Amino acid sequence: MKLAYYPGCGLNGSSKELDISFRAISGPLGIDVVEIPDWNCCGGSSAHSTSHFLSFALPARNVINAETTGCEEFTAPCPACYVRHFLAQRDLNENPEMKQHLENALGRKVDKSDMKIKNVIEVFMDKVDSSIVKKPLKGLKVVNYYGCALVKPPKTFGFFDDPENPQSLDKIMRTLGAEVIDWPYKTECCGASLCFTNQDATWKASRDILQMAKDAGAQAVVAACTMCQMNLDMRQSQINKKYKTNFNIPAIFFTQLIGLAMGISADKLGLDKLYVDPKPLLRSLNLL
Amino acid sequence: MSKMNVTEIMDRNKEFLRELREESGQDPGQCFQCMKCTGGCPFQFTMDYPPSQIMRMLQDGLVDEVLKSFTVQTCATCATCTTRCPRNIDIAKLMDTLRVIAYHRGIVGKGKNMHVFHTTFMNSVKNHGRLYEVGLALGLNLGTGNLLQDTDLGLPMFLRGKLSILPHNIKGRDEIKKLYDYAKKIGE
Ligand code: SF4
Ligand code: SF4
Repeated sequence: MKLAYYPGCGLNGSSKELDISFRAISGPLGIDVVEIPDWNCCGGSSAHSTSHFLSFALPARNVINAETTGCEEFTAPCPACYVRHFLAQRDLNENPEMKQHLENALGRKVDKSDMKIKNVIEVFMDKVDSSIVKKPLKGLKVVNYYGCALVKPPKTFGFFDDPENPQSLDKIMRTLGAEVIDWPYKTECCGASLCFTNQDATWKASRDILQMAKDAGAQAVVAACTMCQMNLDMRQSQINKKYKTNFNIPAIFFTQLIGLAMGISADKLGLDKLYVDPKPLLRSLNLL
Repeated sequence: MSKMNVTEIMDRNKEFLRELREESGQDPGQCFQCMKCTGGCPFQFTMDYPPSQIMRMLQDGLVDEVLKSFTVQTCATCATCTTRCPRNIDIAKLMDTLRVIAYHRGIVGKGKNMHVFHTTFMNSVKNHGRLYEVGLALGLNLGTGNLLQDTDLGLPMFLRGKLSILPHNIKGRDEIKKLYDYAKKIGE
């Protein structure tokens, strides 16, 4: 299956390990990753906070470029980028006025788009079954953290999972052999969108999530969302400093754990890019 | 809040409320003040008015107060409220629409940081086609005066190969410029 791939600014930089592990597991799982030619930033939360047209037009240009690759499916692993592209494709197909504006701006005709736009969990959900597991994640106690952007609001973005108690990641992690702990913060917002503008709020929200993970007995948090992962991992040192806590909980992308369970070596999965080093934990469980 | 004449305020802001309904596709008038949104809002502790109160203020036409509120600026768009509202109001979408309106009217209110952030971000994309994180961080710290914010993260990021010192310029920058120019032209 050919998949049009939008790394976005995050996977190109601060969430590199998601990019690395995404690509590493895709090949063996039968996914042919085709990076979208000359992609641009989708404008993130800034475009949709400031300009109705740009919040559509920036991601729409990527959708148009992606259609030239002949892929049937499209993904933007960052949930914020995913939402922007999902909505841009919908407007491209269903909102003639916006499409007309875009054509006026670019000075050329643009076509409708019929790629299936999938979020990062959807891409791998049906590909993970017991046949791919070479090294089960035995003894690894995890909580799955979906964050808000992938599942809320329900139905809007064509994702099927429950907005308050989603199951897709849980199912993946169980298949990989990890011990999945149930906890109440699966979809609690970590405040990533406020991390530059209202840091106190972000720190508190993320602290609460880490505390809940710890209290639930998790050794690691499994993340699917780039923004959540970055908050819990990169900012864990800031949180420890601010609240005088001593959290040392790795926040690992589910794609990295899929790779480990498939028997792909750790150095091909970007584990060294994480801020809270997961290797001591993984080594203690003989998973490395 | 000082004394106010609600009927008069309502009259003055009728047009705005109609526009808000149209642009967001949501009607605050549907809210029956159950407060479920407020109960689940993860950022209520940092807001000046809880989300349910914003709804009530909109019903009463207190537009200026709403646009100037910190709530509108610091809502994280997590949509927990939207997911739970028994009246099926997309509150997150309303907050979003209000934020855009405030930005366009140049109302900064208590959201100076947000204003600087969005402006710096959009300029970076305009110039390079992609976000230039180092430039964003610098512009943000200079613009807000919080010169040291996140400087502790710079080195760890750099060591992990996550920071590029120079911006990446895409080939289609002329197209990006066309999009920005057009947005300006149609005022959206
Ligand atoms: S949940 Fe809906 S009906 Fe209840 S107070 Fe909030 S907006 Fe109003
Ligand atoms: S979308 Fe905004 S108002 Fe609604 S729950 Fe999240 S932070 Fe609160």
